[in-house]
Amino acid sequence: MNLPGALLTVALGLCLATALLALAVPARIRPALSGVGTAAAGAAGAAAGGAAMAGQTWSAWLPDLLPLAGVRLTLDPLGGLFIAVTGGVAVCAGVYGIGYARHGLSGRIVQATLPLFVASMLLVPAAAAVSTLLVAWELMAITSLLLVLAEHGRRPAVGGAGLWYAVMTHLGLIAILGGLAGFAAGAHGEAFEQLRSARLSPLARDAVFLATFAGFASKAGIVPLHAWLPRAHPEAPSHVSALMSAAMVNMGVYGIARVGLDLLPGSTGGASGGGTPAWWWLLVLAAGGASAMYGILQAAVSSDLKRLLGYSTTENMGLVLMGLGAAGFFATRGAPQLAALALVAALLHVVNHAAFKTLLFQAAGSVLHATGTRNLDVLGGLRARMPYTTALFAVGALAASALPPGNGFVSEWLLLQSLVHAIPASGVAGAVAMPLAVGVVAMSAGLAVATFVKAFGVGFLARPRGPEAERAVESPPSMLGGMGLAALCCAVLAVGPTVIVPGLARAVGTLLPGPAPVTGPAMRTVTLHLSGIAGTMSPLLIAVALAAAIALAAGAVRMFSARRRRAARLWDCGAGPMSPRMQYTATSFAEPLQRVFDDVLRPEMDIDVTPKKESAYLVERIRFHAMVPDRIERRLYGPLLAAAEALGRRARALANGSVHRYLAYGFWTLTGLLILLAVIP
Amino acid sequence: MTGLSSAGLSSAGLNAAGPDAVGLIATVLQVVLVVVGAPLLTGLMRQVRARMEGRAGAGVLQPWRDLRKLLRKEPIDPRGTGWPFRLAPLVLAGTALVVAAVVPLVTTASPLDSAADLFAVTALLALGSVALALGGLDTGTAFGGMGASREVTVLALVEPTILVSVFALSVRAGSTNLGTIVGLTEADPMRVLSPASLLAAVALALVTIAETGRIPVDNPSTHLELTMIHEAMVLEYSGPDLALIEWASAARLTVLLGLLGSLFLPWGVATGGAAGMGALVAVLVGVAAFAAKTAVLGMLLAAGEVFMAKLRLFRIPELLAGSFLLALLAVAASYFLAGGA
Repeated sequence: MNLPGALLTVALGLCLATALLALAVPARIRPALSGVGTAAAGAAGAAAGGAAMAGQTWSAWLPDLLPLAGVRLTLDPLGGLFIAVTGGVAVCAGVYGIGYARHGLSGRIVQATLPLFVASMLLVPAAAAVSTLLVAWELMAITSLLLVLAEHGRRPAVGGAGLWYAVMTHLGLIAILGGLAGFAAGAHGEAFEQLRSARLSPLARDAVFLATFAGFASKAGIVPLHAWLPRAHPEAPSHVSALMSAAMVNMGVYGIARVGLDLLPGSTGGASGGGTPAWWWLLVLAAGGASAMYGILQAAVSSDLKRLLGYSTTENMGLVLMGLGAAGFFATRGAPQLAALALVAALLHVVNHAAFKTLLFQAAGSVLHATGTRNLDVLGGLRARMPYTTALFAVGALAASALPPGNGFVSEWLLLQSLVHAIPASGVAGAVAMPLAVGVVAMSAGLAVATFVKAFGVGFLARPRGPEAERAVESPPSMLGGMGLAALCCAVLAVGPTVIVPGLARAVGTLLPGPAPVTGPAMRTVTLHLSGIAGTMSPLLIAVALAAAIALAAGAVRMFSARRRRAARLWDCGAGPMSPRMQYTATSFAEPLQRVFDDVLRPEMDIDVTPKKESAYLVERIRFHAMVPDRIERRLYGPLLAAAEALGRRARALANGSVHRYLAYGFWTLTGLLILLAVIP
Repeated sequence: MTGLSSAGLSSAGLNAAGPDAVGLIATVLQVVLVVVGAPLLTGLMRQVRARMEGRAGAGVLQPWRDLRKLLRKEPIDPRGTGWPFRLAPLVLAGTALVVAAVVPLVTTASPLDSAADLFAVTALLALGSVALALGGLDTGTAFGGMGASREVTVLALVEPTILVSVFALSVRAGSTNLGTIVGLTEADPMRVLSPASLLAAVALALVTIAETGRIPVDNPSTHLELTMIHEAMVLEYSGPDLALIEWASAARLTVLLGLLGSLFLPWGVATGGAAGMGALVAVLVGVAAFAAKTAVLGMLLAAGEVFMAKLRLFRIPELLAGSFLLALLAVAASYFLAGGA
C-alpha cells in the first residue's frame, strides 16, 4: 500500500473510530471528540487526495467487504481532487463543530453521524465499481439526511425540508442506479475498467448519460432539480450546511465528469470525449447556465441568510457545469487545449467554491448562533458586536462575488477565457452558444455582487434592526478557528492559484488525455499564462498593486490633511435622530432588482386592510405580506405533487378491505407474469 | 494540452532594459496624467455645459480648487459608522489608480499589461463601486441604502454588456489583453470600421455612461432623492474623504473615456516597437493623443448631456438591455461577417 492508499485508510479508520467513540463517551466531551476526530480524518483525507493529485495512484479490491461484488477503490488525480476538497472542508467543519455543537447538538446520533458523513464523501470519489459507488452514495444520502434532521425538534420547517431531501435524493439515486445498471449490463461487468471498454449502442449511451446526468445534477442542485437544496441546506446545523454545500454537491459534478468524460467516451472506441455527441455537452452547458442565472436571481431577492447561500450554491454549481459542458463540447469539436482550459476552470471553481462556501455558511452559523435568526431584515450592526465574524464573512463575500482580489474571480476569469476563445473552433452552434454563455456568466457575476453586498452590507453593517442583533456577542474561539482556516484557504487560492494548477492539470489529464502536463517553473510564478491562448492575468500582482495604490491614496490624504478625525452626528434632514427602522432592509435593497426581473420572479404581495366598524374610511389594521416564491418549484413540482396525490386517492378504490379481492390481485398478477415470461423468448 | 502553463514575470521590466524602461516611464506618465488631468476633464465638461446653457461657468480649474478646499477640511466620521465607511474612499481611489496603470492609454507596452486584462479591469472598477456601496450602507441612513441598492442594480445589469463587448473585440485579436487588442487595431486601422467594432463601440459607450453615472442613467449634479444614485451613497462623506471620492469618480470617467479612445481610435498610442529617442517621442505623442482624444470625447459627452434628460430609474434596464443586444450583435457580426463565413 502506497502513501495515498495508507492515508485514505487512516482517514476512513479515523472516521469509524470517532463515530464509535462518540456513541460511548459522555455528552460533555462528545462534541470535542467528534470535532477533533472529524478534523483529523479530514486532514488525512486531504493529504491522500493531495498525494493522488501529485500523481501517485492507488487501487484496491476488497472482495470480502460487501457480498457479491466486493469493494473496489481507486485513487486517481480526478478522484483525489474531490477527496482533497472534501477533506479540507471536513477539517474546517470539524474544528467549527466543537463550539457550534454546544447548544443542543451534542446528541449521540448527530455526533456519531458527522464523521460517517465525511467518510462516505471520501469514499464516493474513490469508488472504482458501480456497486461501491452506489453504496457510498446511499451512505452519503442517509447520513446527510440524519444530520439535516438534527434540529427537527426546534423548528417545524426542518421536517418538511428533510422530507423533500429524502424523496429527491432517492429519486436521484434511482436515476443513477438505473443508468449505471444499464451501463454495467451492456459492459458485462461493473468495475470501471470494464465500463471503459464497453461497447454500447448510441441509444443506450444516450439513455445512460441522461439518467446519470439527471441523478448527479439533482445532487449538485442544478435547476430544475434543485428544489431540495434551498430547503435542506438552511435547515441543517451550520457546519453540516458547510459540508453539504461545499463538499457534497461536488459529488454531483464528479459523477457527471466521471461518467460523461471518462467512462462513456471509451464505449465508442474514441478517446477523450471526442466520441460523445455534442448535444450532451450543450445540454450540460444549458443546464449550468439556467442554474447560474436562476440560482443567483433567487439569492439576490432572498432575505434569509442561509437560504441565500443555498441558492448561491446552485449558482456556483451552475458555473461549474458550464465549464464542464464547454469542456465536453470543445473535446467533441477537436479543440483539446480549450477543453482542458474549460475543465481546469471548472475544477478550480469547485475548489474555490468549497473554500468560500465553507467560510460563508460557518459565518452565517456564527450569526445564527449569536442572534438566533437568519432573517437579514432584522440583522445589522454586527460589525461592532462580532468583529471577527464580520471580517471573515467579508472575505467570503468578496470571493463569492467574483471580484479581485478574491479567489472566485480567478476561476471565473479562466471560465470566461475558455468561452471567449471558443469562436474559431466551435462552429455555428458554438458561435451562438458561447456569447450567450459569456452573457450568463457576466450576469450571474453582476447579480452575485448585488447579492453579497446585500448580505454583508445589510446583515453586518450599520445599526441593528432588531433586538436579536442588538444582543449579539462574538462566537467561541473554536468556531472562529474553523472559519479562520477556511479564510486562509480562500486567501491562498486567491493570490496563489498557480500552486494547485499542476494538480488540477493532472486531474484534467485523467479525463482528456493529451500531451505533457505542466512542466517547469509552474510552482514558483505568479502569472497565469494560458497555453495556446494569449491571455495572462496575475492575481498576486493585482492584489499587491491594489494594496500599494490604497496605501498611496491614504498617504496622499494624510499628507494634505493632518487634522484628526472627529465624530459627528449623521445628517438627519433636521428631523431629529434617526431610528434603526429608517434603514434600508434586505427586502428594500433587493426591490429594484426584483422589479427589473419581475417577469421571471413573479413576486407575490398580499395587502389586507381591516376597517373599523364605524366607517370604511377608518382603518384599524393593515397587514402587508410579500414573498418571492421559487417559481420553478411552484409551477413544476406543484402540479406533480398534486397529480401524485390524486393518483394515490384514486388507488384507494383498489383496496376496499375485501380479502377475496386481494387474493384475486395476487392470482392475476402471478398469471400475468407467467404469461409474460412465456411470451418473451 | 494542459491549458495552463505558468511563466512568471520574465518580461516584466528586467531582461531588456531599453523598451521596458520606456514602457515603465510611459506607465508612470500615464498615471500622473490621469491623476492631474481627471479633475481638469470634469472642469472642462462642466465649462462646455455651462457655455452651451448660456452661463459663464466656473472655469476648467474649479474642480481642483474644490479638491484643495475639501482636502484642508477636518475629516469627520458620522457616529455609528466603522471601517467599511472609512475604507471605501481609499479602495475606490486605489482601484482607479490601478486601472489607470494597467489600461493602455499612452502606451501598450506597460510592464503591468500582463497582470490584468479587460475582464480584470472591469472587475476592479466593480470592486470600487462595491466598496462605495458598502460605505453607503454602513452609514445606516435611508439615503445610503438607497444609493447602494441602485448602484449595485445598475452594476449587475451593466456587467453582461461589458463582458460580451470584450468578447466581440477579442475574437479577432485572439486575446482579451488590452495591449494586444489596441496594438492590433493600430496596425490595421480599417478594423475600426468593421460592423463588429462599431456595434461594440456603441455598446461600450452606453455602459461607460452607466458606469460613470452620467445622464441619462444618473445625474452627477442632482440631490433629488427620487433620482440620485451615486450622490445618495456619498451623502455622508465630507472633507478629505469626499475629495478622494470626487477625484476617483473623475479618474474613472477619464480612464473609461481614454479606454474607449484607445480601443476605437487607437492612433497615437505608443506600441513600444521603437527604441531610444524614437520610443520617447512615441510616448510624448501618446500623451498628447490621449489628452486630445479624452478631451474631445468628454466635450462630446457634455454636449450630449445638455440635450438629454435623466431617464426614470426603472427605464434604465431597458437602455442596458438594448446595449447588451448591441454587444451580442457585435459578437455575431465578428463571427458571421469575418471568420466564420
